[in-house]
Amino acid sequence: MIAATLRRRASRRVLPGFGLSLGVTLTFVSLILLLPLTSLVGQLSQLSLSQYWFLISDPRILASYRVTLLAAAVAALFNAAFGLLMAWVLVRYEFPGKRLVDALMDLPFALPTAVAGVTLATLYSSQGWVGRWLETLGLPIAYTWVGIALAMAFTSIPFVVRTVQPILEDLPSEVDEAAVTLGARDGHAFRRVILPHLWPALVTGTGLAFVRSLGEFGAVIFIAGGKPFETEITSLMIFVKLQEYDYAGATAVASIVLATSLALLLVINLWQGRFTRRLHGGGA
Amino acid sequence: MSIRISQIDKTYGATRALEPIDLDIRDGELIGLLGPSGSGKTTLLRIVAGLEQADGGTIHFGEREVTQVHVRERRIGFVFQHYALFRHMSVFENVAFGLRALPRRQRPSNSDIRTRVMQLLEMVRLSAFAERFPAQLSGGQQQRVALARALALKPDVLLLDEPFGALDAKVRQELRRWLRHLHEELGFTSLFVTHDQEEALELSDRVVVMSNGRVEQIATPDTLYREPANRFVFEFLGEVNRLEGDVANGRLTCGNASVSVPGVEPGRRELLLRPHEVHLAEHAIPAAHLPITVAAIVPVGAEVRLELEADWLEEPWLASVSHAEFERLGITRGRRLFALPSRLHGFDAAGAQNVALPVG
Repeated sequence: MIAATLRRRASRRVLPGFGLSLGVTLTFVSLILLLPLTSLVGQLSQLSLSQYWFLISDPRILASYRVTLLAAAVAALFNAAFGLLMAWVLVRYEFPGKRLVDALMDLPFALPTAVAGVTLATLYSSQGWVGRWLETLGLPIAYTWVGIALAMAFTSIPFVVRTVQPILEDLPSEVDEAAVTLGARDGHAFRRVILPHLWPALVTGTGLAFVRSLGEFGAVIFIAGGKPFETEITSLMIFVKLQEYDYAGATAVASIVLATSLALLLVINLWQGRFTRRLHGGGA
Repeated sequence: MSIRISQIDKTYGATRALEPIDLDIRDGELIGLLGPSGSGKTTLLRIVAGLEQADGGTIHFGEREVTQVHVRERRIGFVFQHYALFRHMSVFENVAFGLRALPRRQRPSNSDIRTRVMQLLEMVRLSAFAERFPAQLSGGQQQRVALARALALKPDVLLLDEPFGALDAKVRQELRRWLRHLHEELGFTSLFVTHDQEEALELSDRVVVMSNGRVEQIATPDTLYREPANRFVFEFLGEVNRLEGDVANGRLTCGNASVSVPGVEPGRRELLLRPHEVHLAEHAIPAAHLPITVAAIVPVGAEVRLELEADWLEEPWLASVSHAEFERLGITRGRRLFALPSRLHGFDAAGAQNVALPVG
């Protein structure tokens, strides 16, 4: 009797299905996210610290970090500017074909990255439509870090557009108008009024694009060409090690990519939380 | 600074938002644009501000023609309906924004900006809140920040779009009184939009009543209320009782009721009157025989509101009587009395007609 009352009280939530939905969610989180991560840590535990250090500080691997970080940073910065522009155009103006352009923004997500990779490689190779021209100008794209950055930018552009777009839509046009009635030049209004609003979303989007670029594989390998010490990216190194049945080595390098990505995501989230609190009336 | 609007019109696609409008606003006047939504009042305000371009016509501020002048050079202050404060800036920075946006040559020094902003915040009684963020303020306080921000550059003209629309009744009342004072103190020319007739009548020197993109009447609140130019104005400005009947020989008859209406053309007529224009008596008089029954009694503040029914009325009348009157007549529910209208208003295509009756 008492137990029945207790049970009834416990299940007295207005929204039904809490137990079931949370249970299913947690199960899937465990299966899809946590299990692979655990096995990665399990693999790592077979290595001693010095072995681990030796694996991750191999000069060829170190060079791949540099190439990956540099290309991802350039891609992310390029996307920050281009993605902001794209979001701005999609939100603030009306033009024929707007919905089509809007849908195209998601293409890099929908397209298999390998397809993107092959396409980009053919386009920018020294025989390709675009590559041929750039070659004569002394700007080779394929098989250089520029090509890698290009492929990374291609696959990660939706992150910026899709994070900035809703925030921009939320910003009432009255706010721009207010700035203009107060005599602000367009540049001043953008810098002082609009950008500060978009800043958290822009940084988040750029951060996500960067993290995504760090791990990009399919789109990059074709255009990168894989010259050791020059155009080898870290995820390619993991792949190479796997092909050589060097599971320990692959895992060690993978752990670096994983740790970097997780740390970045955490930093982005914390920072964004602080900023949002300020906008919504918490402490400054 | 006076404002002269002549022949301003605007069309959005197939919708005629504004018929050509003429409006002269004297220096230092506080003008209310009153009308239901879709009447074109906000469009007119935004055209005066320069946030919207008119299809034709001209606007002058004083002697300066501003029709083609960009918003930022018009020297206007604009208060938006939802304040449009910069949420990421403190109250101080919001108010300072206009001063900091000035070109370097005209920009005051930091200490001058500080003095000016604190002075403005003093004026809107928010000095203690300078370092707060807009989200930490109440609606009324945010509205005052918006006003201080709009006044920071000493605009020629202050424009307000539904300035008190989003506030609760009490705060609204207080802010209205305060804005009226501020206006008298600083003497800026001001144009505001509202759909609330009480607000328009209380705040404005003159009210512009609009409907369907047309000006229905421009008049002082007093004239507007006493001598409405047409039926729309009359109905929009307050509660209305209707009396429909046949007029013959200067007398309107409706069932067993009749009232003398000298000067009204014979035929089927509809006359209107306000609740306070209905008086009550125990006996009919020769000029008016309008038997009614008291159906409901609602004491509100200084007056008692009564609902009156009769078989010659399609819908009940409302009457407001003083408490003294109420007690003198010993009014109870179901009491049978006679209504004595002190004024009747008739409107037709030719214009307004007011009939005064010798009662009261």
